[in-house]
Amino acid sequence: MYDVVIIGGGVTGSAVARELSKYRLNVCVIEKGEDVCSGTSKANSAIIHAGFDAKEGSLMAKMNVRGNAMMDELTRDLDIPFRRNGAMVVCVDPAERDGLRTLYDRGIANHVPGLRILDREEALAMEPNLSDSTVAALYAPTSGIICPFILTIAMAEQAYVNGVDFHFNTEAEDIRKENGIFLIRTGNGVYRTRCVVNAAGVYADKFHNMVSARTIHITPRRGDYCLLDKSAGNLVRCTIFPQPTKLGKGVLVTPTVHGNLLIGPTAEDIDDREGTNTTAEGLQNVIRKAGQRVKNIPMREVITSFAGLRAHEDGHEFILGEPEDAPGFVDCAGIESPGLSSSPAIGEYIGNLVRDMLGAGEKENWIRKRRGILHPADLSFEERNELIRREPAYGRIICRCESVTEGEILDAIRRPLGARSLDGIKRRTRAGMGRCQAGFCSPRVMEILHRELGIPYEQLTKCGGESKLVMGRTKEDEQ
Amino acid sequence: MNGSATVKQEECGISVDIVIIGGGPAGLAAAVAARKNGAGSILILERDSELGGILNQCIHNGFGLHTFHEELTGPEYADRFIRQVLDLHIPYKLDTMVLSISKDRVVTAMNRTDGMFKVRAGAIILAMGCRERPRGALNIPGFRPAGIYSAGTAQRLVNIEGYMPGREVVILGSGDIGLIMARRMTLEGADVKVVAEIMPYSGGLKRNIVQCLDDFGIPLKLSHTVVNIEGKERVSAVTIAAVDANMKPIPGTEERYRCDTLLLSTGLIPENELSRGMGVALSPVTKGPQVNDMLETNVPGVFACGNVLHVHDLVDYVSEEAGRAGACAAKYVKGSVPPAEGTDVPLLAESGVRYTVPCTVNTGRMDDLLTVRFRVGAVYKKAFVSVYLNDERILHRQKKIMAPGEMEQVILQKKHLLAVPDLKTITVKIESE
Repeated sequence: MYDVVIIGGGVTGSAVARELSKYRLNVCVIEKGEDVCSGTSKANSAIIHAGFDAKEGSLMAKMNVRGNAMMDELTRDLDIPFRRNGAMVVCVDPAERDGLRTLYDRGIANHVPGLRILDREEALAMEPNLSDSTVAALYAPTSGIICPFILTIAMAEQAYVNGVDFHFNTEAEDIRKENGIFLIRTGNGVYRTRCVVNAAGVYADKFHNMVSARTIHITPRRGDYCLLDKSAGNLVRCTIFPQPTKLGKGVLVTPTVHGNLLIGPTAEDIDDREGTNTTAEGLQNVIRKAGQRVKNIPMREVITSFAGLRAHEDGHEFILGEPEDAPGFVDCAGIESPGLSSSPAIGEYIGNLVRDMLGAGEKENWIRKRRGILHPADLSFEERNELIRREPAYGRIICRCESVTEGEILDAIRRPLGARSLDGIKRRTRAGMGRCQAGFCSPRVMEILHRELGIPYEQLTKCGGESKLVMGRTKEDEQ
Repeated sequence: MNGSATVKQEECGISVDIVIIGGGPAGLAAAVAARKNGAGSILILERDSELGGILNQCIHNGFGLHTFHEELTGPEYADRFIRQVLDLHIPYKLDTMVLSISKDRVVTAMNRTDGMFKVRAGAIILAMGCRERPRGALNIPGFRPAGIYSAGTAQRLVNIEGYMPGREVVILGSGDIGLIMARRMTLEGADVKVVAEIMPYSGGLKRNIVQCLDDFGIPLKLSHTVVNIEGKERVSAVTIAAVDANMKPIPGTEERYRCDTLLLSTGLIPENELSRGMGVALSPVTKGPQVNDMLETNVPGVFACGNVLHVHDLVDYVSEEAGRAGACAAKYVKGSVPPAEGTDVPLLAESGVRYTVPCTVNTGRMDDLLTVRFRVGAVYKKAFVSVYLNDERILHRQKKIMAPGEMEQVILQKKHLLAVPDLKTITVKIESE
């Protein structure tokens, strides 16, 4: 029996797992995907928001501002990239000025540091590619950019090395409580646990409603994005927002922490909780709206488009903690934007709550520092040579667009909670994320996965399940 | 792993007369020509584990009709040049990735055995080839499941690795690799349902449409594109629709095909990240370097040839062009380039001509004959290719058919150019009469 079972290995579940790994508790994460970060957490704006647009006093505001403040230390401990590039909410219509002031006041009430309202000239001096009709902008220097995959993976890895179990391809089907113990039925058997953390993203309402009469309702809100080549990555330095609406923060234009340019998302409420398909309309909207605040976006440089789902709860607020009628069942529900930014704070909050609930003591030997995947490109010529002498695999480039070596791919496979699929490799190393979108490297990565893990070619997948990459050998008919 | 070992690993900053980036058809032909034209030390740097480049996975025949007057497969064609490279003792390094090239021609490269190393080059020949345009560049809506491959990746899986990317196939784009793969997959037992092409004409060679589609009864739907991809884990269906003159899908024309695979053959992009990094000026049309009559880029001593310069239809033309680049690079390092006279004359591509290679000519330096290659932007029947020196038309030749999928050429004669006293422009255009 477990002390805690966390449903969902997204950024929230992984943050909670990492926090709980500090205590003497028997914890397991069950995840329906074949890897962490394979649902809602994998497709979003990759922004660590400053925290000025959540309602004053809300959990969203508190968790966002706290999460943002935690990022420097956390990303140092996890050895992952993070950059405070700043954000601007740009107004292009004099009638929007009042809204900017409202946003500023809300930010001050939320204790967001460093906020300033810039006039047109100041804004354009900082961001020359802003629209010619720029009137003014709200500037938030603490806004940052991060890689959501690597943040989630790193937190999960750290939880794992500190003793948390991760069970993949394990979909929770039913939860009930018997004699004070939760029984979670899954495709891989029944899990018995004293406490459940519900971090199931767009499915969180389903699990909540199995144990609580105070039902909640989550709507998947889809957002389409376009990702542009690194040649467009310097178009803006800050993350550029329009003014928020009740559907969300609007279509932003931002550099990514790896140097691409990202535009999106749209906001469309849908029924399908797996509906991560882009639509022609959505992509057109992204392109049109991105161009309203930033000019000269080189749309010919788009290398991929994708859609993500926000787990929008009807009350538009994070639901954190136990429902009154279901003690021991801890929700992390309605985690939409700013969910990524808030994740460390949610982890801390829920971690403390569960610790106190179960009366758990701290581990003495908790491992705080994670060693990230080594990037030879960051080394000097001599250091790199030394590395290749020691480990020749670092001398072989597998992904030419992102200059990823075989050494990095082997590390991604061999490390704790290592990659087992093409997407697993991609999210850990960036192999396949560049301008050719895996055209060159995918056969080579397949070969390495096959060799390292002994997975037959026919069983290799893009991202687990039935996402098989090949369908048998050639000349099969003749054999 | 390495060829003749004149380059030693510890020699950071060794010097070589000519470094050739890429050991595919362009790099091989350039190396052979450079050696035959008297270049001393040459080094080919190739990122794959064999010389030959993409030809190694092109196991169909049809290569070499112009060069060798026989039909060879891709590997056989490559082998003709590889033998010459070996016979001429031209050194090469395999599994070697060039990471950067400086403006003063120091190449930084890396492999497993040598580690990182630098080579100072008297001249550089860019022969990196091209890559395929990915799905993302087309903004095709839908899901992103497994089973979506560029045609070249599928070709590698089938012909090199021996695996089938899928069994029921829809192909978007009628580039030559897509057409070849339609036949290849069919011969391997797959069901190729349709080839959709967004343009009103095919992007590939006529002979490939006949031999790879028509002969197998595979329909080619012109002015059609993919409007939806279904399947959350693996492709389960693809919907195509007709497009209007602005290439927008026409509602009501959708046709849904159940399939497990979507292959993309929607264009090739010259791979010029290294060139851009060293300050080589690129053409917005070809995405390749802008070169003069010596196939030299704006960076002195840096030459370009093959698909990194502009995407070719036939490898024979790649070899021929690369031979010129090799010969010019050899002249450059020997200091035997004839002196330029006056300013370079621009070659202008007009009315129907999308670009020309080269894009400038120096009448003092040029050879007696200069081949100018270009592509047209639409299908032309019984139209004329015309060349104007300033305003005077000196060439007017009727062609039965010209199509974007096939390269065209004109040959300029030095004596004609010299005969024009104040030559300011050379214009290549398509005229209806």
